[in-house]
Amino acid sequence: MHWWFPGDGNAYSTLGGKIDDLFYLILVIVSVTFVGTSAALGYALWRGAAIKADEKVWFSHGSHSLEVIWTIVPSAVLLFIALYQLDVWAEYRMKGFAKEKDGSPKIITVVAEVTARQFEWRIRYPANGKPLKPTPQPDDIYSVNELHVPTGGLVSITLRTDDVQHAFFVPMLRVKQDAVPGKMIPVWFDATMPGNYEMLCAELCGWGHYKMKAMLVAQSADDFEAWKDKASAEQFDDGYRKPAE
Amino acid sequence: MSTLNPTIDHADHADHGGHGHDHAHKQSFISQYVFSTDHKMIGKQFLITTLLMMMVGGGLALAVRWQLARPWERMPIFGDTVFGADGGQISPDAYTMLFTMHATVMIFLVIIPVLAGAFGNFLIPLQIGADDMAFPTLNMLSYWFMWPAIFLFGASFFMYGGGPAAGWTSYPLLSLLREAAPGSGDAQTLWLLGLTFVGVSSMMGSVNYMTTIINMRAPGMTLFRMPLTIWSMFITAILQAFALPVLTAAGFMMVADRLLGTCFFVPSGIVVNNAPPTVGGGQTLLWQHLFWFYSHPAVYIMLLPAMGMVSDMLACMCRKPVFGYKPMVYSMAAIAGLGFIVWGHHMFISGMNPALGMTFMVSTIMIALPSAIKTFNWIGTIWGGRVQFNTVMLYCIAFVSMFIIGGLSGIFMAAVPVDIYIHDTYFIVAHFHYVIFGATLFGVFGAIQFWFPKMYGRMMNETVGKIHFVLTFIGFNCTFYPMHMLGIAGMPRRYADPYHFPYLEHLLPLNQFMTASAFLMGMAQFLLLGNFFYSMYFGPKCGRNPWGANGLEWTAPSPPGHGNFDVLPIVYHGPYEYGSPVSGDKDFLMQTEYVPLAQRVAAEEHH
Repeated sequence: MHWWFPGDGNAYSTLGGKIDDLFYLILVIVSVTFVGTSAALGYALWRGAAIKADEKVWFSHGSHSLEVIWTIVPSAVLLFIALYQLDVWAEYRMKGFAKEKDGSPKIITVVAEVTARQFEWRIRYPANGKPLKPTPQPDDIYSVNELHVPTGGLVSITLRTDDVQHAFFVPMLRVKQDAVPGKMIPVWFDATMPGNYEMLCAELCGWGHYKMKAMLVAQSADDFEAWKDKASAEQFDDGYRKPAE
Repeated sequence: MSTLNPTIDHADHADHGGHGHDHAHKQSFISQYVFSTDHKMIGKQFLITTLLMMMVGGGLALAVRWQLARPWERMPIFGDTVFGADGGQISPDAYTMLFTMHATVMIFLVIIPVLAGAFGNFLIPLQIGADDMAFPTLNMLSYWFMWPAIFLFGASFFMYGGGPAAGWTSYPLLSLLREAAPGSGDAQTLWLLGLTFVGVSSMMGSVNYMTTIINMRAPGMTLFRMPLTIWSMFITAILQAFALPVLTAAGFMMVADRLLGTCFFVPSGIVVNNAPPTVGGGQTLLWQHLFWFYSHPAVYIMLLPAMGMVSDMLACMCRKPVFGYKPMVYSMAAIAGLGFIVWGHHMFISGMNPALGMTFMVSTIMIALPSAIKTFNWIGTIWGGRVQFNTVMLYCIAFVSMFIIGGLSGIFMAAVPVDIYIHDTYFIVAHFHYVIFGATLFGVFGAIQFWFPKMYGRMMNETVGKIHFVLTFIGFNCTFYPMHMLGIAGMPRRYADPYHFPYLEHLLPLNQFMTASAFLMGMAQFLLLGNFFYSMYFGPKCGRNPWGANGLEWTAPSPPGHGNFDVLPIVYHGPYEYGSPVSGDKDFLMQTEYVPLAQRVAAEEHH
């Protein structure tokens, strides 16, 4: 039975790898703490059960030095855990807004606008060679429940919702972000390997919350462009063919 | 009869305790059992109501578990009656209503009222040596304001479209726009009004507890001689007084949005289910901030009283003083204070300013510190004691060890980057069930067994209590521990059918095992109810102080009459002088027991 991270257990994004590392770090700290405290509890109970009838209990109202020790040690560990996380969070949610070292604005390609609605995902891509505009353009390409992104390097999507709150969740990439009514939220991530990754909704959005099933298709940059050309051709094909002469 | 220690002599004649002058005045049935202003009766009313509500909430949970183990299959027993129109199976919208109401019932009608309402009411006057609450009529109202809430929550199921279905957090717009979900019609309005009634009830209790604890302590009961139960109730009351108005206001804002056309939470131009676009310039995130500004402190309202009661019970059952009494008090105060600045950890991925995520993470992780200090002090309390392995103690051990697991699993979610992945998965479901069920409810089960003799003058059955403990403990861990694994595997919460996602398919057998465990645990609760109601009439009678405990409540008759104490108690010690060298041949020293100076000096020299 496989009761651990989905798939083969690896994260298929740079951020995901870092999240997993932090997860395992916390897991180790927490496991040591759990074993330690449980052993102390178990030992205290075992001694408490074995105490003889004529033996006096340890009449103590506490110990100042013990209190100081078990205040300072956990607070140091906890503070370490807290501060150690900050950088990954900053990278995921904040550094995209910051400027590059030379002062130029950071550019993360916005590949698509993802709009959640009850109960599907609608995706809008700019035509090849054009940037994504906030308002729909005549040559935009649309797809439903299938988000194509290029691999290699950070990409950004603009997350919106048409109706209630939803959340964009790709377990294999460890990416999650709520889609909030009235807001456009940039989400940046990368996919390290081409492949199909399941995509779903993680915020209760109504009776069909469980059926917002979609696929994130990560392709090499060339394949991505080729797919966009093909999708565009299909989308704008009106079926008219010049009659044979 | 010693004049210095007037009440202790009665303890030896406990059988006659209840028949003294206390019952001299007869009350009518209505004023004694229904609209009672006696804090003990109100406490018992709260206790029995919440125990019955626990069965209702448990039933809803079992229906949820049925769907997760056997998706879209005919539900046995109740299926044909309740879901007849759907062929006896749980429809996806019914599923959303089930988990919404499971949480609502368990949080607002079980956990909060059983701690503050039942044990707060029963114990505060008895443990501080008062004859009743400061405002008995207000106290009565606080119980009777529960009933409109129960009625409104119940009635919401019969509205057109069914019960509320937006989760107990009721995030807008799902909960706000009628078109968004079948349950967001009138049901949601009734839910919000019910919530307001629960809030008013809690607020009346909170005002009463604060006034009583500040003003009505017996002579000699200084603040640092109060049992930790009283400290925890006091801190909880303060938390409620500061946090509740925010939720009440938010509730009214949402009612206004729904009924009066205001737009506190509604942005413009939203089209739900082909309804006309919304007008307005509100913010849905505002609700999340207001809701969690109450509901995060509420998590501690659901935990602190249990921590206090467990400290009392642990000291008594280990026959030694609580280790680090003042650090215990200070850490509860720290939990309460920090509890107000951590609400944002529910919103790490909600789209609020990501910089806030950092500050909320640091405060959230630091709140683990007072919890850790308390845990170490509990272990210190057990260390070197004479442990009595009765039902009460078993529940207290379960409380401490389940709290360790629940507390440690919280660190994963407090860490923002890790939370990106496990947010809204079953990991969080595992975490809060470990804290609220594993810690609080186990503490409450212990407290029922411990204070039952004082409530009814009879003991509960030990054997049945132990069987109930073992079944509940096994059922609990087999149900909720695997939820951590589901969360790590990426299974989101609130999914009626997760198995049509290929990466979750293989989790079905695990879910079936958990459901079987949940049914075992659910059935075991009938043992508790049976034990409770049987012992109420047929349990062996007990004296004033069956556990050899120190608190003032144990100097009163069992059950105490109207006015509680036959003589005004005078307090000479802290509440945890178990095994004290000055207590003579007993291993406990009641708070009312005066030890002459010569005896204390002699004991000190001997030491």
